[in-house]
Amino acid sequence: MQPSTGQLVELYRQMLRIRLVEERIAAVYPEQEMRCPVHLCIGQEAVAVGVCAALTTSDYVMGGHRAHGHYLAKGGDLKAMIAELYGKATGCCRGKGGSMHLIDLSVGFLGAVPIVGSTIALAVGTAFGTVMRNEIRVSVPFFGDGATEEGVFHESINFAALKKLPVVFVCENNLFSVYSHISVRQVANREVYEAAQGHGVESLQGDGNNVVDVYKLAQTAVDKAKAGGGPAFLEFKTYRWREHCGPAYDDHLSYRQQSELAEWKKNCPIKRLETDLARDQILTARQISKMNAEIEEEISEAFEFAKNSPFPEENEVSEYIYAP
Amino acid sequence: MSTSTHRKEGLHIEAASNVKTATRDLKFFQAINEALDLCMASDPAVYLMGLGVPDPKGIFGTTLGLKDKYGPSRVLDMPTSENGMTGIAIGSALVGMRPVMVHQRIEFALLAIEQIVNQAAKWHYMFAGKASVPLVIRLVIGRGWGQGPQHSQSLQSWFAHIPGLKVIMPVTPYDAKGLLISAVEDNNPVIFLEHRWLHNTYGPVPEQIYRVPLGKARLARAGTDLTFVAISYMVLEALRAAEILARAGIQAEVIDIRSLRPLDTNLILNSVRKTGHLIAVDTGWKPVGMSAEIVALAAEEAFQSLKSNPRRVGLLDSPVPTTPGLAKYCYPRARDLVRLACDVLKIPDSDLGLSVEDTTVPLDVPEISFAGPF
Repeated sequence: MQPSTGQLVELYRQMLRIRLVEERIAAVYPEQEMRCPVHLCIGQEAVAVGVCAALTTSDYVMGGHRAHGHYLAKGGDLKAMIAELYGKATGCCRGKGGSMHLIDLSVGFLGAVPIVGSTIALAVGTAFGTVMRNEIRVSVPFFGDGATEEGVFHESINFAALKKLPVVFVCENNLFSVYSHISVRQVANREVYEAAQGHGVESLQGDGNNVVDVYKLAQTAVDKAKAGGGPAFLEFKTYRWREHCGPAYDDHLSYRQQSELAEWKKNCPIKRLETDLARDQILTARQISKMNAEIEEEISEAFEFAKNSPFPEENEVSEYIYAP
Repeated sequence: MSTSTHRKEGLHIEAASNVKTATRDLKFFQAINEALDLCMASDPAVYLMGLGVPDPKGIFGTTLGLKDKYGPSRVLDMPTSENGMTGIAIGSALVGMRPVMVHQRIEFALLAIEQIVNQAAKWHYMFAGKASVPLVIRLVIGRGWGQGPQHSQSLQSWFAHIPGLKVIMPVTPYDAKGLLISAVEDNNPVIFLEHRWLHNTYGPVPEQIYRVPLGKARLARAGTDLTFVAISYMVLEALRAAEILARAGIQAEVIDIRSLRPLDTNLILNSVRKTGHLIAVDTGWKPVGMSAEIVALAAEEAFQSLKSNPRRVGLLDSPVPTTPGLAKYCYPRARDLVRLACDVLKIPDSDLGLSVEDTTVPLDVPEISFAGPF
């Protein structure tokens, strides 16, 4: 299950792309033209990329408020995402959703919404529908540690276990629900994945900043689910670098230790893989630099596309309230 | 289930006038059952889910026999997880299924308001029409036999407040079947509210599949002097009131709005323009409720036609207590509607026999054949 050299490069490229997209968002956000809240996943890219590398286009992914990485890792259209952040008619929701409502059905990214934990139930439902329709797909909800405190999580995982549904629950444990540390929200001597285990679901914990580990755990869980082996729960420890909501750092608020952020930055998932790839002579500095330039160009094009796109027309405000 | 075994002691409700095909009398609950049966037969994507759906009581008889016919994978029980299971139903709808959920009391759906209001109602809109949620949620409004504060609420205005939801409250067995078929075939989330006191009423229902369009009100009784715009079970009380008023030569029109969202404003406004007098009659509370919406509609759109202040009738502004000794004060009845109509029309009600209380049916059951518990 060790990824091939080509896969390793792709894992790296995907993480780098998400990082650079979000850094660009952070850089231009102060222009006040992206008029919606943004929740950046900088520092957490390995979970999205490692899990989605184990999926095919026909598999389903749903996410939460911090979903740029999941959308992009699943193959979501970059231009449509950036245009959505700018509220333009060319956005993936024609401006009705913004950063917290991303969708690209063509690649199986069925939607992200900001109500914590809600898409866990929806993803179990897509798996339920998949089984009723005799299709072979896995459904993957991405969510944070906070979502595991929601009743809907426990209700949904119980049903997935009961019906042995093809769901891989992916928990990105970044230790914070907004600014509230997990220690004030969950009991100290019980890991998050152990709560899932209590529902009779195979539950594992992994290093969320090691993309190869994430990929391997995800691939095993996905293969098992597709073979009818039932759901799995994967907890990945990781860390959000920037503020909960917005483009900046928020450590002046003193809700977390500066040293904690510094430690996690040393543990950067992209740098870690980059070091390995350089050591194994898979990627040279020159190749990485070229990769950076190509991605930056793609990002520039996406931002240009978004900025040049029109806002939706007035009549669209009342469109799509009801399906025909 | 056999549709020929209906009991006759319930209240008979006339069908809509356009029924031309083979009909027979069915009880309201049997009409629901038949609608579900026909929908499942015609579309393999339709499935039923709810706590107790396949149990021996079959949700007041509405789901009886369906598990035997369609199997446990399409007629299924569920964990007592209203919010999660609603999300699961929505998720299945996103990938091509057409779930019909049911809760035996509307209050259980309050646990699922997040999924209903934030997800089901918004999905089509917030993703610019890329996906839709064909979902029916059947909810039962309880009344009588000590249902008490948490089993007797009429919360239709909560749902009707939300763009993206459709809200249906059938009164006749004919409409129960035809509206439910339309709801199941609709590509949007539909809240289908059944008043418990209607389940055993009966009336003509065609055997085949037919549809009553969502968003159309029903003229339940034509009249010229005053308009009752009524909801759900209160349509029956309004019809009783109209009968009594007819004794005094007053012809009251009764409109069964059937669909709270979308609301058929034309039928309501045309009637108000004709009679000039409006009484809005709800099963729920008056403040910030559906009766307020009806009166506001008339005030905004037909003010010049109004000959008197529009009036409202609703549940006493209090939780409903369990004891029949107190609950009887919560529910307005036909006699209350008659008194209000007389007040509106400035005529005396002394000749209408309202002071004589009918004691043949206890006030906490819809009719004498109803035996507790229900």
